[in-house]
Amino acid sequence: MTATDFLSLAPLLIIAIAPVVIMIVISVLRNYEVVYGFSILSLLFAFSSIFFIIPVIPHSIEPLFNIDIYSLFFVGIIIFSALLVTLISYEYIKNLEGVREEYYIILFTSTLGASLLAVANHFILFFTGIETLSISLYILIAFQRSKDSSIEAGIKYLILASVSSAFLLFGMALIYAATGTMQFAGIFSAISNNGQLSPLVISGFGMMMVGIGFKLALVPFHMWTPDVYQGAPAPVAAFIATASKGAVMAVLIRFFFIIRGFDNHNFFIVISAIAILSMFTGNILAIRQQNIKRLLAYSSIANMGYLIVILLTGSNKGIQASVFYIISYFITTLGAFGVVSLLSTCKYETDKIEDYRGLFWKRPWVALVFTLSLLSLAGIPVTAGFIAKFYIIFEGMKAGLMILVISMIVNSVIGLYYYLRVITAMFSPASETKLPASSLSGNIALAVITLSILILGIYPGWLINIIMKFVTL
Amino acid sequence: MILVYLIAILITGSVFALIAGKRSHVWPRVIALVSLSIDLILVIFCATNQTSPDNKWLVDYKLSWIPEFGISLHLALDGLSLVLLLLTLFLGIISVIISWKEINSRVGFFHFNLLLILAGIIGVFLSLDLFLFYFFWELMLVPMYFLIGIWGHENRIKASNKFFLYTQASGLLMFISILALFFVHGRDAGSYTFDYMQLLGTKMPAATGLLIMSGFLAAFLVKLPVVPLHNWLPDAHSEAPTAGSLILAALLLKTGAYGLLRFIVPLFPSASVTFAPIGMLLGVIGILYGAKLAFAQTDLKRLVAYTSVSHMGFVILGVFSFNELAYQGVVMQMVAHGISTGALFILAGQLYERIHTRDLDKMGGFWENAPIMGAMGLIFSMASLGLPGLGNFIAELLILIGAFKTSALMACLASLGLIAATIYSLRIVQKVFLGNKNYNGEMIDLNIREKLVFASLVIVIVGLGLFPKPLFNIAGPAIIKTLDSHKEEITKDDGISKNDADGENIYIFKISK
Repeated sequence: MTATDFLSLAPLLIIAIAPVVIMIVISVLRNYEVVYGFSILSLLFAFSSIFFIIPVIPHSIEPLFNIDIYSLFFVGIIIFSALLVTLISYEYIKNLEGVREEYYIILFTSTLGASLLAVANHFILFFTGIETLSISLYILIAFQRSKDSSIEAGIKYLILASVSSAFLLFGMALIYAATGTMQFAGIFSAISNNGQLSPLVISGFGMMMVGIGFKLALVPFHMWTPDVYQGAPAPVAAFIATASKGAVMAVLIRFFFIIRGFDNHNFFIVISAIAILSMFTGNILAIRQQNIKRLLAYSSIANMGYLIVILLTGSNKGIQASVFYIISYFITTLGAFGVVSLLSTCKYETDKIEDYRGLFWKRPWVALVFTLSLLSLAGIPVTAGFIAKFYIIFEGMKAGLMILVISMIVNSVIGLYYYLRVITAMFSPASETKLPASSLSGNIALAVITLSILILGIYPGWLINIIMKFVTL
Repeated sequence: MILVYLIAILITGSVFALIAGKRSHVWPRVIALVSLSIDLILVIFCATNQTSPDNKWLVDYKLSWIPEFGISLHLALDGLSLVLLLLTLFLGIISVIISWKEINSRVGFFHFNLLLILAGIIGVFLSLDLFLFYFFWELMLVPMYFLIGIWGHENRIKASNKFFLYTQASGLLMFISILALFFVHGRDAGSYTFDYMQLLGTKMPAATGLLIMSGFLAAFLVKLPVVPLHNWLPDAHSEAPTAGSLILAALLLKTGAYGLLRFIVPLFPSASVTFAPIGMLLGVIGILYGAKLAFAQTDLKRLVAYTSVSHMGFVILGVFSFNELAYQGVVMQMVAHGISTGALFILAGQLYERIHTRDLDKMGGFWENAPIMGAMGLIFSMASLGLPGLGNFIAELLILIGAFKTSALMACLASLGLIAATIYSLRIVQKVFLGNKNYNGEMIDLNIREKLVFASLVIVIVGLGLFPKPLFNIAGPAIIKTLDSHKEEITKDDGISKNDADGENIYIFKISK
């Protein structure tokens, strides 16, 4: 490996080294504040290192890594969301009984796994990334060992995620058997030379789709989502909804576009069906939920449905739209889960809609952030979500995907209905629920989120410009 | 730039009102009044100083916003928007004044929402970029939802949800159409833009035109509202606080009418002619059905809400008559209905403040103790039924004459609505101010603040009725501009040269075909 190789991997290396340092620190001195401060600093450091490596990219380290602007964008937003998750975790984790500092170690390893996915150009790294991410998540989800629901969610995720990983791995093996390569570009040239796809390759892709479908919680592989979101500590749920899904999406988009999956008629139909099913199932099941975390879980299923429409556009513009959408979705979801985390304690998860009644009068600032996040999820103007949805619909229409676009529109209305339910609850007469005071770091996170939602909603031109100029595959 | 200031002042004012609301109840009201008054002065200044080089627009301002998608911050003012802007700001000020005593909880947040709605409405009336237009169209929605949902009456939650879902669903259809128009124009002309001026005259096949237009129509007809889509209106109007009902009836409905005039007619000249017979029929149905339902109500606010359905029927009838007389009538109807129905809602609100019911059966005989209020009720009921000398008469007369030129049958049917209007309007006076006394408590007449509000409204409605000429002069050029761009297209489309058939005959020909 050359110096350039190391430099181009700087953000990942920082994230890999940080947990080791934390482990050493813990063995000497177990202090929550120190570990917390160190985590924040390392994440900031990793985030800023991205700007220093721009001169050396695009750079690929054969055969595994491919570091280009596209992957840097994803690494950036993954680290950014890890940073926000750290900020909103402060109070919640602080009050846990037993070990607390280890939480940040595992948060780092899962961030590392997610970032690996963003730079992956090879099945080996693809799988390593997914496993690093999932294994860290098992622990994070079950982190509150004293709580039954947390353990239950952890085990559920463990079983389903390992099954899906098995599918993924088997799919990769089949494709390797048929093509003799594990590099994305190599696979494309191998299958395009043959003309007709062999049954081995088709079943390989099918199995991979099952595996990825599980990780992204697309219908019909979505069953685990609400339970896991509900059982997991709120900040962890925020991380699963954003960084974990975003990273899998990053590698999926790269893989799908490199092998030009949208050209294949069968893929096209399968992906369309999954997209439409995810939108409708997610939104319709969300309507009757009384639990905010479950509601957000279903809403994230629907959102992933919107997002994979982009796979079918088959153009760089589509990828750009998806990058913008993912950024906006990250911020918005972190806003919603951030509020839930700040209002929850490790003893009581404030996650029923009932608990949020009268939030406007009890905690106007938090309620405002929550309202903005929900409106952004619903895609109402002035918020980032509106521009993001516009962008996807725009590219979808350009590519002539009318059925998908129309079902997105129909779903936007259905979605609005349950977001409104939560907003309505917030200005109804107050409930009895006692809410914890929110910490400084949590409020900083919410302020950053609010500003980002509004800036991207009112003046998105600069970001779109950057994305359009630089993000290509 | 001055047009951007109009919106910016209101948004800044709304934030200040929210902050000031923490300290006192008076400051938000004062801030709202001041920012609205500054806006009003600015608008009058605009009206008297034309800054745009060509004669089409009084003020024209364009700034790049999201150039990647061909979206710009394009605002422009012409006679039509000027009239509606004046109406908006005038009624905005009135709505602050009438809420002075009614709204006592969360005053800062109330005025925050109020100013944001007005900013959205002004944005809608000024936008000449379709994306920007949709942006403002949606911007009005959320604060209105809060206004109904927080300060409304008993069933406010249901009403506000219904309002939001109806308008949002129809708005999204419009959004799809905006995008479709964008792409159709882009492929045709090679330049992708949301700019209204460039989208004018986009060529498209008849079927595509109809399809795209139907998305726009959905949004505008729900807002207006037209009969099968009117279901949200009575709930929203009757459950909203007085200022909310006033803004809904007087201003929000007008955005639908404005959309028809500004977008449907010029952008889809041939498709709108195809739709015209159905449009006129929907108008007539609205007039008669709205009137019938109004007569059947026992809730005063619901009654007034249904009269809106009836009056807005005239608007759509006029819009699809495609001639200058009818359009002058439509503009007059927008203003006159805003004033007269607004006044009736204010009256209902003041009655509610005094006797805490909106039930007509529990009212009656109020004239004795509250003669001034009774007189006001009488004046605006008369306006509503179209008494000569008041604004509504001119409006409805012009629309009927204009519609008669296009379709005599529709005009005759619509004129039956005037009789129906007489019945329900007199019923208001009869049940509330005359007749048996069904209410035992004390009835207090209007106080100074309320008298001032009504005095200004009466001056305007009588002024419109006796001296309609200034309004026609302001709105005239804009209307002719709309009709011209429409006519050019039609003659081009059908291959009929202008010499063959002049002006209105074309439309008769088209419709009877």
